[in-house]
Amino acid sequence: MSATTITPAPRIQGGTILRGLLLAGLAILAMLPVLNRLPPESALYVSDFVVAVSGKWICYGILALAIDLAWGYAGILSLGHGAFFALGGYAMGMHLMRLIGPRGVYGHPVLPDFMVFLGYTELPWPWWGFSSFPYAMLMALLVPGALAGIVGWLAFRSRITGVYLSIITQAMTYALMLAFFRNDMGFGGNNGFTDFKELLGVPLNTAGARAALFYAALVALGVSLLLCRLVTQSKLGRVLVAVRDAESRVRFLGYNTTSVKLSVFVLSAMLAGLAGALYVPLIGIINPGEFSPGNSIEAVIWVAVGGRGTLVGALLGAFSVNALKTWLTSFAPDLWLFVLGGLFVAVTLFLPRGLVGLLRKGEGR
Amino acid sequence: MTRFLRLLAVFLLFAAPLRAQEGFEAVVAGLAGGFAAQAEAVERLGALGDPRAVPILRALSEGRLQKSPEGALAIDGRDALTGAPAPTATEAIRINNRVRGALRGAFGRLELASARDAERAAAAAGLFRARSPENIQILEDALGREANPGVRATMERALAASRLAAPDAGVRRQGILMLGGTASPEARGLLLEARTASPDLAPEIDAAVAAIDQRLQLRRVAETAFQGLSLGSVLLLAALGLAVTFGVMGVINMAHGEMVMLGAYTTVVVQEAFRGIPWLFPWALPLSVPAAFLVTAAVGAGLERGLIRHLYGRPLETLLMTFGVGMILQQAVRLAFGAQNREVISPAWMQGVITLPGGVEVTQNRLWIIIFSLLVLGLTVAAIRFTRFGLEMRAVVQNRRIASTMGIRTGRVDAMTFAFGSGIAGMAGVALSQIDNVSPNLGTGYIIDSFMVVVFGGVGSLAGTMIGAFTLGLVNKLLEPWAGAVLAKIAVLVGIMLFIQRRPKGLFALKGRAAEQ
Repeated sequence: MSATTITPAPRIQGGTILRGLLLAGLAILAMLPVLNRLPPESALYVSDFVVAVSGKWICYGILALAIDLAWGYAGILSLGHGAFFALGGYAMGMHLMRLIGPRGVYGHPVLPDFMVFLGYTELPWPWWGFSSFPYAMLMALLVPGALAGIVGWLAFRSRITGVYLSIITQAMTYALMLAFFRNDMGFGGNNGFTDFKELLGVPLNTAGARAALFYAALVALGVSLLLCRLVTQSKLGRVLVAVRDAESRVRFLGYNTTSVKLSVFVLSAMLAGLAGALYVPLIGIINPGEFSPGNSIEAVIWVAVGGRGTLVGALLGAFSVNALKTWLTSFAPDLWLFVLGGLFVAVTLFLPRGLVGLLRKGEGR
Repeated sequence: MTRFLRLLAVFLLFAAPLRAQEGFEAVVAGLAGGFAAQAEAVERLGALGDPRAVPILRALSEGRLQKSPEGALAIDGRDALTGAPAPTATEAIRINNRVRGALRGAFGRLELASARDAERAAAAAGLFRARSPENIQILEDALGREANPGVRATMERALAASRLAAPDAGVRRQGILMLGGTASPEARGLLLEARTASPDLAPEIDAAVAAIDQRLQLRRVAETAFQGLSLGSVLLLAALGLAVTFGVMGVINMAHGEMVMLGAYTTVVVQEAFRGIPWLFPWALPLSVPAAFLVTAAVGAGLERGLIRHLYGRPLETLLMTFGVGMILQQAVRLAFGAQNREVISPAWMQGVITLPGGVEVTQNRLWIIIFSLLVLGLTVAAIRFTRFGLEMRAVVQNRRIASTMGIRTGRVDAMTFAFGSGIAGMAGVALSQIDNVSPNLGTGYIIDSFMVVVFGGVGSLAGTMIGAFTLGLVNKLLEPWAGAVLAKIAVLVGIMLFIQRRPKGLFALKGRAAEQ
């Protein structure tokens, strides 16, 4: 089928520079909220904006890891990870909405404002249980996982691969976006959820809460990285790479490629859901725009820029592209889409192994 | 004897207007009397059918008609009959509800004699609402004179409604039968109202209502079918270019939607260029078609030669790369033309509504787009079947190496095929500029649908693309009434995903060697 020219590179050989870079990056990130507490005159002071933006990037990093796991290792180019991310975000958003309680504009003890406004008298069933934090977190993982399970099962069992799978996942994302834009779905319509008050009993608008959320995201990133490393270094990881490069051969060797791909796709979707769940309290808003197909494909390009098939590459890509975006949109917003489009073209044409490939020039080419 | 008759005829010919003249003035004078006399005068004026009565009656209904102590009538200080300045010591004539009722009927009758179609139709519609048995005669007379079929239909409905209000059961039955022959929701409402008023006619009324319902149902089905065909033609236009680039070449072009968008903007540019040339301006749209084809074909050829050809055999990378190209094109157009919608004027022959037999209304521009889409499909098939380029293209698709050894320049054929597919997308853009907002993100709304059409119809089959497009359009519009537009769309997407389970290669799967690639 699709002749992938990327040679397998899961084993980091002499990647000490990269590993050092990664550890240094994580260490710097971990310092940011502390530096934020310094007096503003200090040379090492870091503004609230930087902390907020890096918190966002950490969530994007988890999303990039999820995409890399599916695409870089198993060859599944999903254009639906933005939807899994948004679903996780919505699960968390629903929890945060339930926690607002009677502090809403209409002061209804149970129903969120938009439901009172739309004339709901009782809570619709999808919202049941979301007042509990563990349940909401569970849903943030299970809903994207279940969706990926259904779509993946349908697709992989009829051997839909390559661009067809990409198109189908994109159609799924598009359908979800249309659905979530509807007011009568009971998920806030095009306004989505915002005006969150607290999480786990802590008001969200304090510096302490922001730092705690930041560290929660950072820990989740570390755990995801370890989990992905565990998967990719295991026997499953080798099979995944083999499926990516020659699926039929692996199947003829007796492996059940459908279940291998399905399990990694579901795991990847759950990671994306986790990223979304961490993202929403940090940002303070979730709306159906997050489902936009463009978001999914933009996340894919982070991985492509960093270097797919390497976990470090996914993180590197997510951070560098988003850094570029934040920097560029602040002074030349018109230019950003040219640069992003150019990145798509340049990376696919000239840099198939991404920045990591550039850093490891000459190795195993 | 005949001579006498002739004389009589001549006499009558001269005398009739004379008598009408006298009669008219005498009747008008009655307006100055008491309420009963006023009502009678109004009714007689209506029956006379003299157009001079209209301004007088209008003044009366608006309270502007005045009378002097001597009984002379005046409107706004001028004599109502002669138009000469009238004495000022006058008082306004008041009217009561009975006179108002008579006025409505009289206006209806007078306007039924108007020379303008729209006025006669409006008058008939007024009589339909008035539902008075007194109008039966006048409507029958008017129907005898009427030539315009549209106005006739309205008059017939008014006549039926008036008959329905008649005291005589036989006349009422006639009215019921006539109303049962229409397909109007108002007639249905009237019949249901009459059912409670006259239970003796219930069986006839029920039959008539059932007949109307059936006709309305048919009309709804026909209109839904037309909307479905219209959506299908739009999908076909958007997907046809993709069927060539993706279906035939196997190149996945995510910038296809932007090619459509460029076609729409070419239409805008051509229109702007022709704005100053009045005799050429109506031809701006037809001339936009080749212009859009050339522009987008050139962009497509450049895209293929410059970028895509380096990625053959790597479809996932092609997908990402072309998405990036789409982003750049979108942003470039946004900077060049602005982010707001641009207006494209439809030529006169594309505007308006056509009413098909049975009262089915279709908009002209949608009809033209259906025709245009089939035309483009025909041209595409012809180009692939009957031209040298089509032959070479099919040869390269079937076996690139053999084609190359036969002396076909495969690279050139690739570029031309891609340019051809992009050019079709550009022509689709011209059509879409007529029914959609021309904005930089015009194409993004169509790209996913287009891929669905191609995948559903079967990659590599133009017949599959056509059937896929019209099927999806019809299914979408059939689901819409009970599921809503968004849910219908979602249902179609889910349906396609399930369909691909059964037939992973689409409706019209390629068989044989080409399918194995």
